[in-house]
Order: sequence, then C-alpha cells, then structure tokens
Amino acid sequence: MKRVYVNEKWCLACHLCEYYCAFANSGEKSMVKALKNLKINPRIHIEEKNGISFAVSCRHCEEPLCVKGCISGALSQKDGVILIDQNKCVGCYTCVLSCPYGAISPTETGVMQKCELCTTNASGTPACVKGCPNGAIVFEERGTV
Amino acid sequence: MKKEGEIRIPSGCAIAGVFAKDGKNINGGLIVRAMTTMHERSNGLGGGFAGYGIYPQYKDLYALHVFYDNMTARSECEKFIDEMFEIVNLSKIPIRKSPKITDEPLIWRYFVTPHQNKLADSQLDEKEYMVRCVIRINTKYTGSYVFSCGKNMGVFKAVGYPEDVGEFYRLDEYEGYSWTAHGRYPTNTPGWWGGAHPFSMLDYSIVHNGEISSYDANRRFIEMFGYKCTLLTDTEVITYIIDFLLRHEKLTLEETAAVIAAPFWDTIERKTPDEAARYKYLRNVFSSLLITGPFSILLGFEGGMMALNDRLKLRSMVVGEKGDMTYFASEECAIRMMEPNVDNLWSPRGGEPVIVRLNGGVNHGN
Amino acid sequence: MAIDFLYPEFEVVRDQSRCIACRVCERQCANEVHSYDEDLKLMVSDESRCVNCHRCVSLCPTRALKIIKSPHTFRENANWTQDAIQEVYRQANSGAVLLSSMGNPKQFPVYWDKILINASQVTNPSIDPLREPMETRVFLGKKPTNITRDQNGKIKTDLPPQLELELPILFSAMSYGSISYNAHESLARAAVEMGTYYNTGEGGLHKDFYKYGAHTIVQVASGRFGVHKDYLEQGAAIEIKMGQGAKPGIGGHLPGTKITGDVSATRMIPEGTDAISPAPHHDIYSIEDLRQLVYSLKEATEYKKPIIVKVAAVHNIAAIASGIARSGADIIAIDGFRGGTGAAPTRIRDNVGIPIELALASVDQRLREEGIRNEVSLIAGGSIRNSADVVKAIALGADAVYIATGALLALGCHLCRTCQTGKCNWGIATQRPDLVKRLNPDIGCRRLINLLTAWEHEIKEFMGGMGINSIESLKGNRLMLRGVGKKKKELSILGIAHAGE
Repeated sequence: MKRVYVNEKWCLACHLCEYYCAFANSGEKSMVKALKNLKINPRIHIEEKNGISFAVSCRHCEEPLCVKGCISGALSQKDGVILIDQNKCVGCYTCVLSCPYGAISPTETGVMQKCELCTTNASGTPACVKGCPNGAIVFEERGTV
Repeated sequence: MKKEGEIRIPSGCAIAGVFAKDGKNINGGLIVRAMTTMHERSNGLGGGFAGYGIYPQYKDLYALHVFYDNMTARSECEKFIDEMFEIVNLSKIPIRKSPKITDEPLIWRYFVTPHQNKLADSQLDEKEYMVRCVIRINTKYTGSYVFSCGKNMGVFKAVGYPEDVGEFYRLDEYEGYSWTAHGRYPTNTPGWWGGAHPFSMLDYSIVHNGEISSYDANRRFIEMFGYKCTLLTDTEVITYIIDFLLRHEKLTLEETAAVIAAPFWDTIERKTPDEAARYKYLRNVFSSLLITGPFSILLGFEGGMMALNDRLKLRSMVVGEKGDMTYFASEECAIRMMEPNVDNLWSPRGGEPVIVRLNGGVNHGN
Repeated sequence: MAIDFLYPEFEVVRDQSRCIACRVCERQCANEVHSYDEDLKLMVSDESRCVNCHRCVSLCPTRALKIIKSPHTFRENANWTQDAIQEVYRQANSGAVLLSSMGNPKQFPVYWDKILINASQVTNPSIDPLREPMETRVFLGKKPTNITRDQNGKIKTDLPPQLELELPILFSAMSYGSISYNAHESLARAAVEMGTYYNTGEGGLHKDFYKYGAHTIVQVASGRFGVHKDYLEQGAAIEIKMGQGAKPGIGGHLPGTKITGDVSATRMIPEGTDAISPAPHHDIYSIEDLRQLVYSLKEATEYKKPIIVKVAAVHNIAAIASGIARSGADIIAIDGFRGGTGAAPTRIRDNVGIPIELALASVDQRLREEGIRNEVSLIAGGSIRNSADVVKAIALGADAVYIATGALLALGCHLCRTCQTGKCNWGIATQRPDLVKRLNPDIGCRRLINLLTAWEHEIKEFMGGMGINSIESLKGNRLMLRGVGKKKKELSILGIAHAGE
C-alpha cells in the first residue's frame, strides 16, 4: 500500500505541508478563503528541535492500536487506510493516548481528526506531498510497516 | 547576378554511369543516349561526362582540359603551363557547333608531364604537384579554368542539356571502359561552364545528385589541407574529400565510404568489437568529413567506379548488371536504355558503396 | 547614525487580502526580510534586506507576494544612471572594491540573438527526428590524421585520449565551496545520466563524488586547491584554468566563512582561512611554461586523460588559442565575458573580456587557417542560454559548449547576483547547512536532466530542419547561419553572411 513517508534530511521546516493539509480538509476552493485569519489545525505537524525537523502524520499502521482502542467504533481500517467517522467519535481521547506517533488530534468541536491520505477530501492524493517544496514528504509503496 | 563560386547554388540532378569490368571499349554515345531518358531531371543549365581509357595513345600523360574566357587568359595561363610542364601535345578540343549550346569559351586540351627539375625542386610527389598547379590556375588565373587533369581520362562539360553537351563534344568519337554522366537542375542560372559537372581532380571524377547539408563543415575542414573550394559546389568539395581520403590518408574505398556516409552509431555498435573500433575511429578522426543531406554520387577513378548514397538514402540510385557490364543511374529507365535485358537490378542501401573494378587491365587496340 | 544614502532597490509587495500569515516567507528568507507582527497580526517586510531571489515568492502558497523594482528615482540622467550614482555612494561608504556575482548584466550586444539558423526547403529534405536517427555524439580530443595500419592492413585505432559526450553540452567549472555539496551532487548525477561531464572547479573533489569520476573533469587552477594524485586520477579529464570569463586576469577569493568542514578538507586548507587563488599560475608566466604544466599533468596521469586549457575570451584570443593548441593541450575551453562567477569585482566583471561569439569565431577560423584545428577541440562557454545558442555555437565552430548559469537556473537560481554573501536561499551558493538542504539532489538532478533532454530534443529539431542528421556535420558549418542587423565588420569576424545574402 502507498503511504506517506518523511525524510528529515530534506525537511526545511517551512510548514507548508500543514497549510496544504488544512486547506485540503477545509472543503474550500480557495486557500485564502479557507485559511485567512484562521489558526490552522492540520492533520500533519512539523516537529523540530536542534535544527532537525520532520513532518508527522498517521502512519496507517497495519495493526493500528488506535483502531483497537476505539471505544465507539469511530476508527476503522479500510484497504489499509485508517479512517475516522466523526459522527461516531465520542471524544474519549483513547486513540490520542494509544497512538505512538501522536498522529491523532482533537478538533475544535471535541471529536478527533486524523490523516486519511486525502482519500475523503477533494485533493484525492495527499496534499502535503504535493505541496512539499523539497521532496521531503513522499507518497509511495514500500511494503509493510 | 553572382556567378558560380561567388554564391552557393543548390541543384538537383540526373546521373548515370557505365563500367566494363573486362576493360572493353564502350562508345561515348551509349552514355549520352542513357541521359536522354532522364531529360526531365535536368533543366538545361549544365551537363557533362567523364570517360576513362579514352586517351590510350597518351595514357602516361596528364590530360589538361581548360576553359578560357578569352585569348589573353589563354596566353597568360599557357605561360604558366609551359613553365611547370612539358607539353607533349596541345589542341582545341573538337566540337560540333549546335544552336543548343551557345556562348562556349575557348576549350583547349594539353597532354603534359611535369618538368622533372621543377618537380624535384618542389619536394612534392607528382600527384600533389599536379594538384597544386591546377588549384593555382583555377584560383589565380582569372578567365582560365582547368576542368580535367587526370591520366587517360577526360571530363567534357557545358551549359546545356546533357544529350546536347554529348553531341557538342562529339562523344560518339571517344571510346573508354568507363563513363559517367551528369545533367544539372540548378535553382539559379550560373551560366558558367566550369560550374557544370562532373568535377574532377587528377583521375577522380565525381558526378553527384543532391544537396548536402554538411557543405560548409566539410569545406572549412578540407581547406585546412591545401584545397581551395572555388566553386562552392557540393561536387567540388566531395571530390576534394575523396582525393584527401584516398590519396593523402590512403584509405580504401570502403573506408572512405565509412567516413563520408558513416554508419549510424547503433549500427556500429552491432558490429564485432574490432570492426566497431575501426568505424568509431574513422567517424571520430574524420568527423568533419561526414556528408549529410541527400546525395547519390558516382566516383570514377583509374580502373574502377564507386556508387554511394547518403546514409539515409535520400536520393534515388539504381544499379544493374549484365555480364561484365555494370550500369548506374538515378532512374532505371536510363539503365534500360543502355541494356534492355539487364540481369540484376537493385537499389543500393544508404551508405553502402557499390564498387566495381577492372578484372584484368584495360583492353586497348582492338 | 550616519546617513544612509541608499534607498532599497526592491519593494516587497504583499497582497494582504491574500496573505494567510503562514510565515513560510519568513522561515525561508535567509536575509530576514519578512516577519510577523503579533500586534498588527500581519506579515511585514524590511525591503532593504531583499535581494530579489524569489524564494518567498515561489513558496508563498496563496501568491500573495511579488517583488518589484522600486520606482524611487534620482533625477533622470542618461550619463549618471541610478547604478552609477549608487555605486559611488557604496564605495564612499565602504572604501572597498565593489563585488558582484554571476555574469556581466550590462547592455552589450548579444550576438546569439542577431544570428538566425537555416532550414531546408524544396531542394533538399528536412529530416524528422522522430522518424529518422539523429545523432548528437561528440568526441573531444586531438584527432591526428596519420593513419597507421597493422601487418594485416587493418587500421590501428589508438588515438590520444578522448572525451565521449552523448550531446555537446558539459557543465562548466563551479567549485565545491562556491556552490554547495548538493549542487555538486546534482550536477554529477545529471552528467552521469546524460552521458556528459561536470567540472569540479578549483575546489577539489569531495571523496563522496569519486564514484562519479568517469564523468568528472577535475580542475587545476592557480591556487592548486584540492589537487593531489588521487584527485587527478579520479577525473576523466584535467582542466588547467588560466582564466575565467567573468574576471579575466584576476584570481579568486573564497572567504574563510565558506571554508567549513568538508570544504576545508576537500580544498586541503585549514578551516576558516580565506582561499585565495592568485591571478596567474605562478609557474606559468609564458606559453612555454603552460606546455610544461600540460605535460606534467600528462606524465602524472600516464597520458590517459585529455588536458583542457580554459581561458577567458580576451582581445588577442585567436593568437592565444593558437599558442595553447601548440602547447600539447587536447581541448581549449574559451569563456566569454558574460560567463558567471560566485564572486568578482563588479568593475572587472562588467568591463573586461570580449563576447564569446566573436572569440569563438575568430579562434576557430585562426586554427583552421593554421591547419591545426584538428589538434584541439573547442569548448565555448560564457552564457549559453538555450538550445539555439548551442546550435549557433557549434555552427560557428565549437565542438561542444559549457553551461553553468543555465544549470544553476535549472537548480533554482534566480540570478539575484548575491552569491558572494553566502546566503543563497536556494541552497546553491552557500555552505550553511540549513540552506544547503534546500536543494534536494534528487530534484536538482532530475531538473538538470530535464533541461538537457529538452535541449537535446530542440537541437535535433534544428538539425533535422537543416537536413543534418549528425552533429559533426553542423560543426563549423557557418553557411547555416545568417546575421541580422549587424555591421559588415562584425559579420566578417563571425564569418557569416547577412540574412538575404
């Protein structure tokens, strides 16, 4: 399955991935309209310390702890992609605590959000990958994780 | 309007050739008749012929064919010829006046041999001495133009249709083992006889159909080696290239063909490593002598003839055989005119030379 | 504070209605032009720091930014132009030589743009490169025309060492130090992929790149930085750099701040020391000295590698080239006055040297007149901008061309001409690790390959149009060129006729 991989060697900590993620999941056609005067809450985050940086988003584990731990059945795995049904999410934070990567985060409304590889939004393929200026984020087939 | 040599004039053409491997005599009328069938390929602005084995009585002497614009040019030039050569015989070349061929220059023929002391002084070999003298006349003596200088061969050319040119020079009165012919279709009116073809240097004569795109690359390279392209024609530069490769570099005819119509790299790479190395060497060392653009040429030389097409075969060329006779022409009809019952008939592939040579010397005196 | 006589050259125009304050501009500007004002909740800029490199413009996701030339003006003066005035201010302020980077930007004639290329019509056919073979392979090196044969009459195929190129374009010298590790890696990998060569410049060869040695030209320049036996042996050819088009007659100076870690090790000089290349080679004060260096290098590498001598195009270039051709060099590289540089005194860059078009034409002609054109191959450089320039250079007589500025543009350079500051926002002309990493060689190498591939297609189209199916038939084929709008003298030096003739 194709997944998003990150190479910290080429990550410039420009944070564009976060903005392209937020835009892709906004449902808006214009980035300005979607993100102007907004503190974004993207599903990918840049971690940086001591000059090293990289983007973190859902790994789409083959055996996802988040799905196992979800008490409401909101998280599910379909064709390898871990999806969240926000209508079912009760905001218990079990997934947030169980994810070893910190890839799940709450939304303003209290339910959780996570990367769904842009399969459920208009982008179609991961917007963070398309938006990365330095090839630090790639979407490719590398076998099992 | 600019004359040939001051401007480059592209032209299309008809060519034909006939060769007797057994050395038997072929009457010049045959090749003239062959050209009549390709009348439409010429436009009356140039025609010419080269015959080999036509001067058996003077076969060890260089035959100079010279155009003079006027008597002054002639006397100037003859002084030089006299200074450099021993003149064994001189005469006007016999012609048959015709309304179809007009404005002819003075056309003279000299059978000569270099003055031995001059030759020794020059420290050149005899052929190089000849070449330098001819180039000197053609570049320094205004109004004089040597258009043939080989042994036991001669070029006959004029402004007009080839069949009329053949008639004018009375070619039916010559016999030789090899003939080539050319009809020209220039895109301009040169009106100058020297610009007609064949072009020759020593015993090499070239008739050529095509317009080469590599002209200036070839010219600027070959001029490094003492040649001077005065006519700016393809045929002239091709002749010099062949003279250079065969005479200076001592390449074989096949190797010469591999330089001027070199195989493509992917063809070379399919050959055995040894062969590939030789082809690569030739292409590399003589890269500026690769000829691109359409051409079909007939190279006449003492004892043989070579036909060659450009490597993409962008010009027509047909070869036919019957017994010891080999026929070459731009169109099959010309071959059929010379030999209606030809045995083999084929179109050589681009870049593949067809070479014929005498089996056992020239057959003279019968 | 003293009065600042200089008003910023550019204005940063930010469309606040588009700006989403993502701050990518701020993060990506090494010159610290952009910042976020927490109180105003707006991005603001200090345009006095802007060098117009377009990094922020290129990365802005909402296209909210553009950089424009400041309309601020002096009283109009055709003689004392804005540049002329400001340069006086600058020097009055600093007491120093003005420094610039990249090639001469002044209004000198670009002869390439006044030369037109021929095509076939009627009398001979043009050739479709998509249907017929179209060859661009070139060999660089001496081509002696004395054929020898073995006892079986077969031609012996040994030749002096040759460089074999799949297309007549090489990447010219840019040192590791003046450009980054990632820039070098991009060039090296692209050269391998395209069957051509890149050039180390005078900064030595990083050990990581030894594996690309078969496609590397190693340079020996006046500073001898990074030159040792292994280095010479790694290269496919050795280039003696006598001069550079951007700064003929003067040496080089890589400031100590750029001599960090690997750069210092590769150059074989201590970290932090200035790398100063003398103006001349101090063992070459004359042509016979050059011959000694050529043969020293040949001896050191057992006559297995061609020796290139690179010179700047200067007034007497034809005679100089003729001398070089007789000094044992296999290849002469001529660098025109528009050639780029990582740093040069502005006055030198803008006033010394001659155009490559004229230099190339006169050198090729001179070598032919002397009958020694076959003794050397010619590489022309110094602002070859596109495939048409390549075709014109070859038709004028070059065997191949060097490109460098074009290659850097492919890597992201925006010709802001401030390489000398070492703060290249595109990760090219810098040694700052955070900036160097901005050039991912996977991307850089791909873009270079794309560029050369595109040019190759275009060159083949030009050739096909002219009815030429192999590049060697284009070399020196000046009949394929015509000039427009140039004087007789210029055309006679170029050796071409005027259009319509």
